[in-house]
Amino acid sequence: MDLDTLLSFRWSVMLPEFIILGVATLLSVIDLFMKKESSRKPLAWLAGAGILAALISIFTQLDIEVTSILYDTYRLDSFSKAFKILLLLGTLLVIVLSSNYKKEDLEENRGEFYYLLLAALLGAMMMASSADLITLFVGLELLSLSSYVMAGLERRNKRSNESAFKYIVSGGIATAITLFGMSYIFGLTGETNLFKIAENMGNLELLEHSFLIVFAFIITFAGLTFKIAAAPLHMWAPDVYEGAPVPVTAFLSVVSKTAGFVILLRVIIICFIAAPGIDSDPILLQVQPYVMVLAAATMIIGNVTALRQRDIKRMFAYSSIAQAGYILVPFVSNSSLIFELIWFYLLAYLFMNIGAFTVIQLLSSQEGSNDIGVFRGLFRRSPWLAVPMTFFILSLAGIPITAGFIGKFGIFMGALGLEQPQYWLAAVMMATTLISYVYYFNIIAIMFFRDSEGTKVSIPGGMAAVLAFCAASVLILGVMPDLALDFFYGNFDVNEFFMQIETEVHTHDH
Amino acid sequence: MNTWLLSILILSPLLGVLVLLFTPSQDEKSIKWIGILGTLFPLGTALVTLSAFNKSGEGLQLAEKFQWVSYEVFQSNGDVSYPIFYEVGVNGLSMVLILLTTVVSVLAAIASFSIKKDWKSYFILFFLLEMGMIGVFAAQNLFLFFIFFEITLIPMFFLIGRWGYLEKEKAAYSFLIYNGVGSAILLIAFVAMFMKTGTMNFEQLAYTFSLPQSELNDMHITKNFKMGMLIALLLAFAVKLPVAPLHSWMVRVHVQAPPPIVMLHSGILLKIGAYGLIVFGAGLFPDQFESLAFIIGLFGVINLLYGAFLALTQRDMKRVLAYSSVSHMGIVLIGLAALNEAGMTGAVFQVVSHGLISALLFFLVGVLYERAGSSLLKDFGGVAKRMPIFAGVLLAGGLASLGLPGMSGFISEFMAFLGLFETMPVLAAVGTLGLILTAVYVLRAVLAITFGTEKELTNAHDLSSTERIPAFILLAAILFIGLYPAWLSDMLRPTLDSILLGLGG
Repeated sequence: MDLDTLLSFRWSVMLPEFIILGVATLLSVIDLFMKKESSRKPLAWLAGAGILAALISIFTQLDIEVTSILYDTYRLDSFSKAFKILLLLGTLLVIVLSSNYKKEDLEENRGEFYYLLLAALLGAMMMASSADLITLFVGLELLSLSSYVMAGLERRNKRSNESAFKYIVSGGIATAITLFGMSYIFGLTGETNLFKIAENMGNLELLEHSFLIVFAFIITFAGLTFKIAAAPLHMWAPDVYEGAPVPVTAFLSVVSKTAGFVILLRVIIICFIAAPGIDSDPILLQVQPYVMVLAAATMIIGNVTALRQRDIKRMFAYSSIAQAGYILVPFVSNSSLIFELIWFYLLAYLFMNIGAFTVIQLLSSQEGSNDIGVFRGLFRRSPWLAVPMTFFILSLAGIPITAGFIGKFGIFMGALGLEQPQYWLAAVMMATTLISYVYYFNIIAIMFFRDSEGTKVSIPGGMAAVLAFCAASVLILGVMPDLALDFFYGNFDVNEFFMQIETEVHTHDH
Repeated sequence: MNTWLLSILILSPLLGVLVLLFTPSQDEKSIKWIGILGTLFPLGTALVTLSAFNKSGEGLQLAEKFQWVSYEVFQSNGDVSYPIFYEVGVNGLSMVLILLTTVVSVLAAIASFSIKKDWKSYFILFFLLEMGMIGVFAAQNLFLFFIFFEITLIPMFFLIGRWGYLEKEKAAYSFLIYNGVGSAILLIAFVAMFMKTGTMNFEQLAYTFSLPQSELNDMHITKNFKMGMLIALLLAFAVKLPVAPLHSWMVRVHVQAPPPIVMLHSGILLKIGAYGLIVFGAGLFPDQFESLAFIIGLFGVINLLYGAFLALTQRDMKRVLAYSSVSHMGIVLIGLAALNEAGMTGAVFQVVSHGLISALLFFLVGVLYERAGSSLLKDFGGVAKRMPIFAGVLLAGGLASLGLPGMSGFISEFMAFLGLFETMPVLAAVGTLGLILTAVYVLRAVLAITFGTEKELTNAHDLSSTERIPAFILLAAILFIGLYPAWLSDMLRPTLDSILLGLGG
């Protein structure tokens, strides 16, 4: 590739990524030259401003048509735009959370935290915008490696260390499994570009080896479930969530999970859309039972295990496993509904989960404990904390007039809207939702029905803003979901997702 | 104005919430008064709605409709959209139930003078509950119905769990889980119907399902699908009604929840189950409903007898009344199973009549509990001597409950059994045993309290003036319907006729 070719690309489409990269670099340089003892808190403003700028730049890109540069390793399509908004919004809220996170352990690494967070975000954005196995994998690793370090940022905290160690070991295994699956895909098609893979998957020669395609699907899918914390690779979540600092937990449970769904959609849907399964039936139909079993298992494991947790962060870890199970359900819908359902649920999930973690962070730092008892009598002590928390929990439980209900309703539509409705999957989802009532409402009961002598919880301005924003969003999206859905339909075209761009690069290839 | 009337009515309890938010939480007296005034406003709006309502008019009135949520599905054969509308409206049946809701709410708010703590949050939840109940009856599509249905669930959970008696949390959980199962089944059924037909509107659904089977086959709607949906709906509302053996949560709630909330629960919330059975069961799937009529009637008789037997053996007045509710809801099922005009009318009359009677009786038990700190039958006796007005009202309520002619309970039981004797005489004959049992357990409990040897009561003053209001109003309403049932039946006729038309009767 010569300079001309390089210059011929439309680099402006990468603006959001460049902003994040630039700010991350700037932050690391500033951190290096700052006095050791001076506070790193102001850096949060810079990081936040950078994310905000990137978010705005995405909104200015909304009208740009599908663009692909660097031989499809970077794509700007409506899919990537829609999901990058979620990633950026989630990280922005996490930044506010972290700027109020008071722990001496974190203080000395605060500077690192911010640029690692941005690096992780950059990785996630790459995952949203790439259509090549190599770059997708690089993005995935950038996100993973940064997350490993972030989980262990509290260096003197044993739990945090344990968390980072477990995360890196299980993450390594998951990566190996993913790569193993991808190697099959590459081996079968000889390509790393997703669209070319899709093309080659339809080759008649492959028909004889269709069982290999099924095998590739199963392995790749299983490997990618790690990031979304779904069965079979969900075991890391409780330990890591428990030990990591709260903002990191919030990041892992929301942004990292969103990125996981993004890569899952990209790789699975594009690669296998035209692929034949055994006896040349479409593979996506053939593997439906497999996906359904995974989704059902995830929902059951997450919700049932959450029942027994006393540690609030562990409980939310299992809760987030369960939520991943719900979001997997649209994968069986086999229609374009899959995008809007997953996108909307992740949007709702972002608000309700980050909101809940905001409350958890405030309470656990005040009480110095993660036990569920920190919620005791919260309504009496701090109604302004208890009421938003109630909204978040109701939304997580899928009760109407919250965003979570609309999300779940949509998922039901996806599951029951097929020519062959998946009644039993819907029934599993509903039954596990009922189980989730027990532990979700237990928190509510502790907040409202028990009295305690505890003191009022002070809410710093930034946290109050996050709480208000998340609670308002949960309610508004619950009453007027069209605000988000219309935005999605207005800017999202499912065809763009499958549109292969012939870049005019070959004219420069001498 | 008229075009927005129903929405205003549904949202009217929120005005109270708004005012309460700016009231200091320690100011007990103002909060309680705001609580009462806040329920008067919905009552006033309901009366305005009633005057705008054309009693002899057919079909839906005061309807409102606008686009709310839309899901689009891109498919190879073009985009298919699944629009969800905000649709409200009233017919005779829902108008009556809305009126009942607003009246009982006012009386429950007056009865809430006995609440001892956290008045502010209590009344906020109370208003939300009222909004949910009005909304359930005004909703004209499945989505909206489900949302309001669930809205009633959450405030109830809090109201039971925080302001109830000793085992309140257990009762709150029991309520939540049982009703959660009900709404879970409901949601699956609703979404399945939506995805098959592309609409959630009651009338459109009823029309779609009434199409000949050849057309339905194109929409992948089989006979089995319809039957499955009906069974799911029956199951969901059987939890709510409740039908034995799914009634244990309801007894727990009636024993543990604070009296005003039990008034609302027994008076209105249980009726949502009956309303659902009528509107969704008989209204949407008349053919399938007919084929299940015997089973429904059987369950009705079982409910009636089982509830009555258990009520006979209870030692706690609250439990007597709770099982009596189970028993009386059996009459609703019996009326529905009759599939004719008399039965249907009886069922609906029973819904209204039991709403009033149970509200009255639970209110009186609440009064008793406040005086004595107990509701066990053995702790009372000879109350008539020191609380004559109380004893009189209790006796009147009891007589209404056992179906004394001239009171509302008589009309409904008479009509329901009249209907059933026409279609299933054997079942009806067995059922009449329940009526005898009812007389026995009601008189046993009421007489044990009012007459007999006088027991010491520390605080045996008669009904105070604030307590007399709900007691007398409810009693008056019971007598009014008992003596002049035509008012109610005129309101209900168009609705019942259209349902009966579907049933082919």
